[in-house]
Amino acid sequence: MISSLHAVLLIPAVAVLVLALVPGYRLGAFLNMLASGLTFAAGASLLFDPNYRSDILIVDEFNGYLVTLTTFVAFTTSIFSASYIGHEIETGRLTPQFLRFYHALYQAMLCSMNVALVANNVGLLWVGIEVATLSTVMMVGIYRTPEAVEAAWKYFILGSVGIALAFFGTILVYLAAQEALGEGLSAMAFDTMARNAARFDPNLLSLAFIFLLVGYGTKVGLAPFHAWLPDAHAEGPTPISAVLSGLLLNVALYALLRFKIILSANPKTLNVGLILIVLGLVSLVFAAFMLYRRRDIKRLFAYSSIEHMGIITFAFGMGGPLANFAGLLHMTMHSLTKSAIFFAVGHIAQVKGTQRIADIKGLSTTHPVLAVGLALGVIAIAGLPPFGVFTSEFMLVTSTFARQPLLAVLLIFGLIVAFGALVLRLQDVLFGEASGPSGEVKATYVPLFLHIALVLMAGLWLPEPVVRWFKVVAAQLG
Amino acid sequence: MAIAFDLAAQTVQMFLVLAVAPFLLGVTRMVKARLLRRIGPPPWQPYLDLWKLMHKEAVLAHNASWLYRTAPYVIFAATWVAAALVPTFATGLMFSWAADLIALVALLATARFALALAGMDVGTAFGGIGSSREMMIGSLAEPAMLLVVFSVALIAGTTQLSAIASHFIDAHVGLRVSLGLALIAFVFVAVAENARIPIDNPATHLELTMVHEAMVLEYSGRHLAMIEAAAAVKLVLYFSLLSCLFFPFGMATADQSLGPLTVGIVSYLGKLLVLAILLPIGETAVAKMRVFRYPIFLGGAFAAGALAVFLLFVSRSF
Amino acid sequence: MSSMSFDIAHLLAGSILVLSFVLLYQDRVSAVLNVFALQAVALSLSVAWQAAIQNAPHLLVTAGIALVMKGIVIPAALHRIVRRLGIHREVEEVLGAGPTMLTGLGLVALSILLVLPAGQNVSILVREDLAFALAVILLGLLMMITRRNAVTQIVGFMSLENGLVLAATGAKGMPLVVEISVAFSVLIVLIVFGVFVFRIRERFDTVDVGALDQFRGEQGERL
Repeated sequence: MISSLHAVLLIPAVAVLVLALVPGYRLGAFLNMLASGLTFAAGASLLFDPNYRSDILIVDEFNGYLVTLTTFVAFTTSIFSASYIGHEIETGRLTPQFLRFYHALYQAMLCSMNVALVANNVGLLWVGIEVATLSTVMMVGIYRTPEAVEAAWKYFILGSVGIALAFFGTILVYLAAQEALGEGLSAMAFDTMARNAARFDPNLLSLAFIFLLVGYGTKVGLAPFHAWLPDAHAEGPTPISAVLSGLLLNVALYALLRFKIILSANPKTLNVGLILIVLGLVSLVFAAFMLYRRRDIKRLFAYSSIEHMGIITFAFGMGGPLANFAGLLHMTMHSLTKSAIFFAVGHIAQVKGTQRIADIKGLSTTHPVLAVGLALGVIAIAGLPPFGVFTSEFMLVTSTFARQPLLAVLLIFGLIVAFGALVLRLQDVLFGEASGPSGEVKATYVPLFLHIALVLMAGLWLPEPVVRWFKVVAAQLG
Repeated sequence: MAIAFDLAAQTVQMFLVLAVAPFLLGVTRMVKARLLRRIGPPPWQPYLDLWKLMHKEAVLAHNASWLYRTAPYVIFAATWVAAALVPTFATGLMFSWAADLIALVALLATARFALALAGMDVGTAFGGIGSSREMMIGSLAEPAMLLVVFSVALIAGTTQLSAIASHFIDAHVGLRVSLGLALIAFVFVAVAENARIPIDNPATHLELTMVHEAMVLEYSGRHLAMIEAAAAVKLVLYFSLLSCLFFPFGMATADQSLGPLTVGIVSYLGKLLVLAILLPIGETAVAKMRVFRYPIFLGGAFAAGALAVFLLFVSRSF
Repeated sequence: MSSMSFDIAHLLAGSILVLSFVLLYQDRVSAVLNVFALQAVALSLSVAWQAAIQNAPHLLVTAGIALVMKGIVIPAALHRIVRRLGIHREVEEVLGAGPTMLTGLGLVALSILLVLPAGQNVSILVREDLAFALAVILLGLLMMITRRNAVTQIVGFMSLENGLVLAATGAKGMPLVVEISVAFSVLIVLIVFGVFVFRIRERFDTVDVGALDQFRGEQGERL
C-alpha cells in the first residue's frame, strides 16, 4: 500500500533524472512510456486499499480514483506522444535536444500532479500544482514560434498570478486552522481540518476560499479566468494539450473540491455551492457561444474543455449524491474523451500541416480511420448517446430538474448551444470536399480507440464496483 | 498676573515668527550660495531688502483695481495669523484653541486665493500664467495636505495643533509607518507651497518656469515688501508646523515657567536653523521639474498621505 | 508582545508596502531594479525580525535567501541584462502615474477592507501583516498589468512573491511553506531568465511585451 503510494511519486521523479540524461529520442520516448506505464500500475494498485493517512500524504476513495485516472491518461498520452514526436522530428519542428527536455518535463508534470493529488498538506498541494503549471509552461513554449512564446508567456503570467493568490488563500486557511488546532503540520492537513472545521473562524475561512477559488479557478479555466487556456492548448504540442485538458484541469478542480469539503463542514461560511454553480454556468454558456467563432481546431476543443469544466463545476456546486455522482462521472468521461479527441486532432494537424478548420476538409475520404476516431470523439463530447458523457449529463440534468428547474433550463440551453457549434464547425472537416495532403499516417490508433471504447462502455454499462466507488466519493463530497 | 504672562507668551510667539522670518530666508539663500560656490549676501540681507522696498514708491498699473492694492495686505495678514497660531516653543498658549489644522489650511488657501486674484487683476499674460499654475498646484497640494492632517489627527484624536504636539510629546506613540508617510507627504506639499525647487524656483525670472514670481511681477514698493514678507513668514510657518507635528521635542508643555520656555525657544530656533540649512541642500540636489510633471510629484504626496491614513485603520486597535 | 517588537515589525512590513508604491512610481527600468533590491532588503529584515520575535530560527534561512538572491544576485543580473539590451534608461509607457497611483490606493484600501473583518480573532500583528502582504501582492499584480516591458513584469512578479513571503512568515509557526516558497521563487526566476527574456529578445529584437500582441492566435483572420 505505502510502497505503491511511494512508487506513484518516485517512478516519475527518477524518470525525470534519467530522461534528462538519455540521448536519443526513440529511447527517451520508450522510457517515457515505460515510466508512465509503471506509474499507472502503481496508481491502479492504490485502488485495492485506498486507505492511508499521514500528516503529509493521504489516500482515500476520492484521490485514489483520480490518481488512477491521471496515471492512465498520462500513460496512453505517452504512447500517443511517441508516435506524434516522430513526425515532429521529421518535419524539423523539434530537435532531439528539445525532446530530451520535453520527456523530462513530461515526467516532472506527472510527478507533480500525483504529488498534488495525494497531498494531505495544503502547502504540498500548492507546490504540486505550481510545479505542474511551470512544467507545462515550458512545454507550451517548446516550439519557439512567436505564437508559442506568446501563449507560454500569457500562461505563465496568468498561471503565476493564480499561484500567488492560491498561496495567499493557503496561508489564510492555515491561520484559520491554527487557532483551533495549534501550530504545526496538523493545522495544514486536509483530514484534520475537515473534522475540526466547525471550530474555525468562518470569516477567515470564507476569505481564504475566495482566494483559492480565484487562484485554482484560473487553473481550472473557469470563465472569467480562462484567457490562458485556449492559447496554451493551441500553441503547444498536442500531447500537452491532451494532458492539460484531460488532467491538469481536473487536478486544479480537485484542489478546489478538497477545500469545499472543509468549508461545508462549517455552516457559518459562505455558500460555496452557489459560487460554484454560478461560475460553472457562466463558463458553460460563455464557452458554448465562443465555440461558434473558432477557426483553429485545437482552440475549438480548448473552449470545449472550458465548457465541460463548467459543467463539472456546476455539478459539484449542486451537490447531493446524484449531482456529485454525475460530476465525478463527467470528470472521468471528459478526461478520456477530450484526450482521445486531441490524439485524433494531433495526427490530423500533422498530416494536413495546419490547424485551421477551413483548411482541413473531407477527412472521411482522405483519412477514414482518423475521421471515424474524430467523429466518435465529437459525438461523445457533444453528449449524444450511447456514450458515457451522455449518461453523466443526463444524470446531472435530471437531478437539477428535480431541485432547481430554472437552473436546469440554463444548463440545457448551454449544452444545446455547444452541441450546435460542434456540429457546425466540424461537419466540413469530416464530410466536406476533400482537400489538402492525403498522405499516409504513421500513427498508433491504440490510445485513441481505447479511450473511446472505455467511454462507450461507460455509456452502455457501468460496472457495479465503479458505481459503488463513485457513490462513496459522492457521499464524501457532501 | 497669570493672564498677563500668558498674553506675553502669546505675543512673543506672534512676533518671534515675524522677526525670524527674513533671517531664515537669508540663511537658506546663503547656504545655497555657498553650495554653488558663491559667497552670497549675508543672512540679514532680507531685512535690508524689505526696509528698502518699504521706502520705495509703489508703482501701480493704470487698470489696477482696489483688489490689486489690498491683496498684499490680505495675504500678509492671513499668513501671519496662520504662522502665529502654530505652536512654536510651547503648547497650550492662550489662543491655541484657535490653532486648528483645518483652519490653518483654510487661512493659507485664503492667502493663495487673494494672490491669484491679484495676479490676474492687471491683465498681463505673466500674471495669468502664474495664477493658473498656482491654482493647479494648490488644487493638488491641498488634498494631500488634508490627508496629512487626517492621519496626524487620527493618531492624536484631535485636529488642534497644540493638543497634537502635547500628545506626541507625552503619549507613547511608537514607530509609525503612517507618520513617516505623512512626513514625506508634508515635505512634498511644503516644497510646492513655498515655491521651492523642484516645483518653482524662487530666484528665477525665466518666464517658462515662473509660478510665484510671475504673479507678483507687477508689484513694487511697499506692496512687494508685504508679499515678500508674507512669503518669508510662510516658510517659517511650514518649518514650525514640521517641527511641531513631527519633532515636537523640547517644547514647553505643562510647566509654563520661564525656564522651560527658554528651553523651548532655544530648541525651536535650533530646529528652524537646521531646517533652513537642510532645505537648500535638498534644493541643490534636485533639478527643477517641467510643469507637466507637477501632478505626478504632488500625486506622490497625495498617495503617501492616503496610504498613511489607510494604514492607520489596520493598526488602530493597537 | 512588547510594543517595541510590534513597532519594528510594523515599520518593516509597512516599508515593504511603501516600497511597492515607489516601485509603481518609477518609470526607468534601472530605477525599478534598484527599488526592487531595496524592497528585498526590507523583506529580509522583516523576516529576520519575525524570526527573532517568533523564536523561529529557521526563518533566518528565508531572510538570508531573500537578501542574497532577491536583494543582490537577481537585481545585479537583471542590471547586466538590461544594460546589454540597452534599455536601462528606457522610459516606459506606463498607464500614467496618476491613474496607477489611484488604482494602487484603491487596492490598498480593498485589502484592508478584506482582511480587517476576517481577522478579528488573530493577533493584530498577524492581521496587519496579512493586510500589508495582500496589498503588496495586489500592487505586484497591478505592476504586471500596467508595465509593457518583460523585465519590469518579472520584477512585478517578484515583488508579488515578496508579499507572499511576508504573509507566510507572518503566519505564526507555519511549517514547510516558507522554505519551499523561497526555493520556488528562485526557480521561477531562473526559468523566466532562461526562457523568456532571451527568447523574446531573440524573436523580436525587443523585450517589449506589446510586440507579442500582434501574434495573438486568431488575430487578423476573418471568417
